[in-house]
Amino acid sequence: MEKRVLFQSAWLPWLLLAPQMAVIGVFFFWPAGQAMLQSFQLQDTFGMSTEWVGMDNFKALFSDSAYFESFKITAWFSFLVAALGIAISLVLAVFADRIVRGAMLYKTFLIVPYAVAPAVAGVLWLFMFSPTLGIVAYGLRRLGVEWDYLLNSSHAMTLIVMAAVWNQISYNFLFFLAGLQSIPKSLIEAAAIDGAGPWRRFWSIQVPLLSPTTFFLLVINIVHAFFSTFGIVDATTQGGPGQDTMILVYKVYNDGFKNGDLGGSAAQSVILMAIVVALTVIQFRYIEKKVQY
Amino acid sequence: MTLRVLSHMVMVLGLLLVAFPLYLAFVASTHTAEAIVQAPMPLWPGTNLLETYKIALFGGGTGAGSTAPAARMLWVSLVTALVITFGKIAISLLSAFAIVYFRFPLKGFFFWAIFVTLMLPVEVRIMPTYKVVSDLGMLNTYAGLTVPLIASATATFLFRQFFLTVPDELVEAARVDGAGPMRFFKDILLPLSKTSIAALFVIQFIYGWNQYLWPLLATTSEDMYPVVIGIKRMIAGGDAANDWNVVMATALLAMLPPAIVVVLMQKWFVKGLVDTEK
Repeated sequence: MEKRVLFQSAWLPWLLLAPQMAVIGVFFFWPAGQAMLQSFQLQDTFGMSTEWVGMDNFKALFSDSAYFESFKITAWFSFLVAALGIAISLVLAVFADRIVRGAMLYKTFLIVPYAVAPAVAGVLWLFMFSPTLGIVAYGLRRLGVEWDYLLNSSHAMTLIVMAAVWNQISYNFLFFLAGLQSIPKSLIEAAAIDGAGPWRRFWSIQVPLLSPTTFFLLVINIVHAFFSTFGIVDATTQGGPGQDTMILVYKVYNDGFKNGDLGGSAAQSVILMAIVVALTVIQFRYIEKKVQY
Repeated sequence: MTLRVLSHMVMVLGLLLVAFPLYLAFVASTHTAEAIVQAPMPLWPGTNLLETYKIALFGGGTGAGSTAPAARMLWVSLVTALVITFGKIAISLLSAFAIVYFRFPLKGFFFWAIFVTLMLPVEVRIMPTYKVVSDLGMLNTYAGLTVPLIASATATFLFRQFFLTVPDELVEAARVDGAGPMRFFKDILLPLSKTSIAALFVIQFIYGWNQYLWPLLATTSEDMYPVVIGIKRMIAGGDAANDWNVVMATALLAMLPPAIVVVLMQKWFVKGLVDTEK
């Protein structure tokens, strides 16, 4: 994919690329390289001496039940956030697609959660569900539910899932709406003429034609749940109670910054890098296939 | 009931779901701290609005957590977000221009280098990036908050996609007129790119404003906190005596600028999101 007509210059392209290259060299590749190096080392507590330990940090991680737990928690968390986020947004998008009057108003409101930082979203939901003064917590207690996310791990997980889904609704909604609006009206009309009701039309036409969008959103939601939800966890549970909402990215921060375990934290970073690479490859492979139909 | 009525009902339900936390935050910011702490808190706005926002913006609160004035933090957030946004757009425009319109050795290598950074979000390199920034003496500075985040593969690829659709005839015409590459860039390419730039502006502004993990590491001094960090710091451990009305007021102040940008530039925002998918 190249242009036919190009400019000739020996030095200009280098100059144009220089800013981006400088920044990614110093702030992306150098630290990424350091992370990989550190993952093979063990530092003493004062950082005075480093020892090459090969795969020991990785081996320690894989036999550490806390790390394994973190993996499970992160997988479960991403699954919930992606599934609920996609389902709710799809429903909203399908109904929004049918509305002519007031569509602008609904869209405008539904976009706002995107503008809210995850950490702030966390604070908002913490405020609603705080065991002592949260209004929703109060309502739940009145209904007989002993709500306390500080003590109960499923309550804690529920809280961060709700905050994360709320944050993502706008993004998913907009993509689904765009996807629905790109389905040719003629297809839907033809089905209606053939006698298919709205429910049938939804399942046999809209859902299949939305599958590229759904797949794309699935990958994006998972990546988001893996990384961008750091703020939500830090604002609400800080990985607690105990370690029960310790998602992988929070664990890297916790072990590295709070506990000073540089080698282990670096090894975790390297593993996270591998996961991102895998997810990105899947995403690009699939998108490439999509372009062919 | 008709499908149309059902559609509206669903949308209104969705709207309520989305708006409820925000409404509650607003109500909380109009009462005194004492009124909120006794559950259940009132569901209608109170009369303490001016006082609460004054404390939120200018400090003087008595909460157990940080009482840094939001006015300063909002300023830090604004500068950070704008520097990141304009920086990213400028750098990506230049890089995309170089990649699309020139042939030079190692071009493929540079293209892949930029692509690889898509797979290196800051969250996977926090410790070493922190060390680099610290070694360069950039902690607690605007530079430290912005420069590590200022190179964007997404923006570069978006512009690249767009430039590839610009007709070659325009370049030929420019050449015939004797214009060099930078003239072409300034007088033809940039004006054509206005919509993409607007779309990216919205997305990057929100990205820059809502940054949390990186500023958390890169700043230790209260006067360099972006407002998003400041809010979290206001909440002292669990349910200690926080000034919740002030916290909620600060939260609303924190989400106002990005919300305004998104709502006012809705059209470009939606276009930008859908374009970056390709």
